[in-house]
Amino acid sequence: MLRRTDTDRILLAHGGGGSLTRDLIRDLLLPLLGSEQPELADSSPVPGHEDIHLTIDAFVVKPLFFPGGDIGSLAIHGTLNDLAVSGAKPLAVAVSFVVEEGFEVDALKRVLRSAGEAARGCDVRIITGDTKVVARGDADGLFVITGGVGAVVRRVLPSGGREGDAILLSGSIGEHGVAVMSAREGIAFETSVESDSASVWPLVEALLRGGVEIRAMRDPTRGGVAACCNELADSSGVSIVLDEKAIPVKAGVAAACEMLGLDPLTVANEGKVLFFVPKRDAGRAVDLLRSLPTGHSAAVIGRAVSRRDHAVYLTTRYGGERIVEMPYGEELPRIC
Amino acid sequence: MCLAIPARVVSIKGTLARVEVMGNARQADLSLLDDVAIGDYILVHAGFGIQKLDRSEAEETLAIFRSLEEGIGEDAEP
Amino acid sequence: MRMQSLEHVLSRIRKASGEIGRRVRVMEVCGTHTHVIARAGLKPLVRDEVALVSGPGCPVCVTAQRDIEKMLLLARRPGVTVATFGDMVRVPGINSSLERARAEGADVRVVYSARDALELARSDPSGEVVFLAVGFETTAPGVASVALEAAESGTANFSLLVSHKRIVPAMAAVLDGRVALDGFLTPGHVSVIIGSGAYEPLVREYGVPCVATGFEPCDVLEGLAMLLEIVAEHRAESVIQYTRAVTPGGNARARDIMMRVFETADAEWRGLGVIPGSGLRLREEFRKLDAEERFSLPEVPPTEIEGCACGEVLKGLLDPAHCPLFGNRCTPESPVGPCMVSSEGSCAATYRYG
Repeated sequence: MLRRTDTDRILLAHGGGGSLTRDLIRDLLLPLLGSEQPELADSSPVPGHEDIHLTIDAFVVKPLFFPGGDIGSLAIHGTLNDLAVSGAKPLAVAVSFVVEEGFEVDALKRVLRSAGEAARGCDVRIITGDTKVVARGDADGLFVITGGVGAVVRRVLPSGGREGDAILLSGSIGEHGVAVMSAREGIAFETSVESDSASVWPLVEALLRGGVEIRAMRDPTRGGVAACCNELADSSGVSIVLDEKAIPVKAGVAAACEMLGLDPLTVANEGKVLFFVPKRDAGRAVDLLRSLPTGHSAAVIGRAVSRRDHAVYLTTRYGGERIVEMPYGEELPRIC
Repeated sequence: MCLAIPARVVSIKGTLARVEVMGNARQADLSLLDDVAIGDYILVHAGFGIQKLDRSEAEETLAIFRSLEEGIGEDAEP
Repeated sequence: MRMQSLEHVLSRIRKASGEIGRRVRVMEVCGTHTHVIARAGLKPLVRDEVALVSGPGCPVCVTAQRDIEKMLLLARRPGVTVATFGDMVRVPGINSSLERARAEGADVRVVYSARDALELARSDPSGEVVFLAVGFETTAPGVASVALEAAESGTANFSLLVSHKRIVPAMAAVLDGRVALDGFLTPGHVSVIIGSGAYEPLVREYGVPCVATGFEPCDVLEGLAMLLEIVAEHRAESVIQYTRAVTPGGNARARDIMMRVFETADAEWRGLGVIPGSGLRLREEFRKLDAEERFSLPEVPPTEIEGCACGEVLKGLLDPAHCPLFGNRCTPESPVGPCMVSSEGSCAATYRYG
């Protein structure tokens, strides 16, 4: 019997951002690291200095270069976004590179330039870093780890969502995952879809400055909107009902997902935010988001309701209703 | 059963074709079809073309994908 | 689909249903239909008129457990790379799966096409590549084409573990089991290959109408409308909803290639047992590509997991939610049987989408 608790080896799916990742963190990481937190937040206040948040993230994207970005820009944006969705303005990052022997210097330069540009573009400084080199075969080209610090503007927890809230999405989904899949070895699939890798702080800041009460938020990275909604619904003790017709998906992404056997709701994004806002603020919030380039297709995609049997429901474009499950962990392309 | 999507043939080299659908391009093997020409729409499954499609019929399926994008800018029912 | 058309099709269904005077039972035998119906939430839309049942249409789900064990034996062999469609990776054998085996060091690669597996073999002649040939008649011709190429080009390090199945014998087996059905939605893409004419013998022998249906939700609804209209007229025939791609004669060239390399054979379907003539195996002249022979795989004794009711579910006799293991011992994260593993399995679709 294959039960999750019987696993004595880490599976690829444990890193997929879905239910297995959640279990790994909850059952292994947190208790054994002596953390009192019930779950891993995107960024957390420093004890004794709660106005400063700290976060860390590892970037193992493969391939390193993909349409719309690379591991360098991704490493910066990803960490800034962990701070942003906790309500902290990103201030500075630390970057560590683990490089495999034999890695091309030109490729490393590209990554470094990209990371530098990304940081400058987000008005954030890279203030410290580290490099290690391991023997050929001991690391898959390059891994990047980034830590970030931010100053709290308004701390927002995933548990603040309430029944009746409007669920907002800052833009169209599935672009990062499709872009990366297209460049992956063995798939030989080209696409015009580009990663949406970007800092989401401007979006968050726009809402905070505009006086919108953000009750909960998170960026839908690994596991996509499906995973993110499940997490927020569970944290906030509510259920979410999504309206399929309202979820922005580019035609190219929908077609690519069809070709690859993916559900756009479970595909990773790297420049989007899911927000819970009071219903009365929804219209204004959408307008504020749409005034920014990265928020031009922002939309209300659903609402929070009192907790039902499942965390997330979807009203399909045909009028039916179905459940949106927490994805397993690794998107396996369907063929048959 | 199985996933198959209508794609337009962009180039042909021997029995292999490059096919495109909405900005996504893949390789497809034409061994199972007769007389495929550039510009034809074919149904591709697991890397193989399995049927030639009438252009207007292919468009019918593809229109469904386009209609998804038209949803951008619309909001959910309150 | 424009809302007006949706309303039109639903009213066709309601009208035909009124003429029939009772709820009809329709079986689909295609994993993608199962998946589309669940994802689009179609069952509640036609709840009063149609009981939609999933049959043995997911080739992953119906792979016999001992065939999975053979796949695992190969995966664990040093020097062997197993190339497979993604759906097979999480299918449970007795104690393990390809996913687990990969975590333990087996070389398991997900491919989209049998051709990718051949390329893999050619890119490294020092290792053996075995392609897990799973799927119905939609997939088998492409695999046959690759097998031909491998044989003709003398690619020595490529082989196939063949587990292809044919849908019509399985439909007959379901009907033989006296499962009460008013009609079938037949798989659109299998029908592209075999043609709607392939279902005529079933229609003649069992009097059950068949509608070859496409995969957009509006296709499924239109297929149901057509089926109910035939039932309301007390007729039985094999027709085509998915006229964009399906013809009565199908793709003869694809079938020729498929039968050049393969011949029909008896095959074991999980939950249904051995169904005569329901599988494909390599013809004599292509046996050198047979992984079972090349690697002298031992015979695996048949095993069934206690309590697993996949067989009943596959025959449409048991609703997934009524299986005693559903949702407790058997979930997508820890599946007991293949119906729960593949996202197209009846149980997984029910669990995931309600």
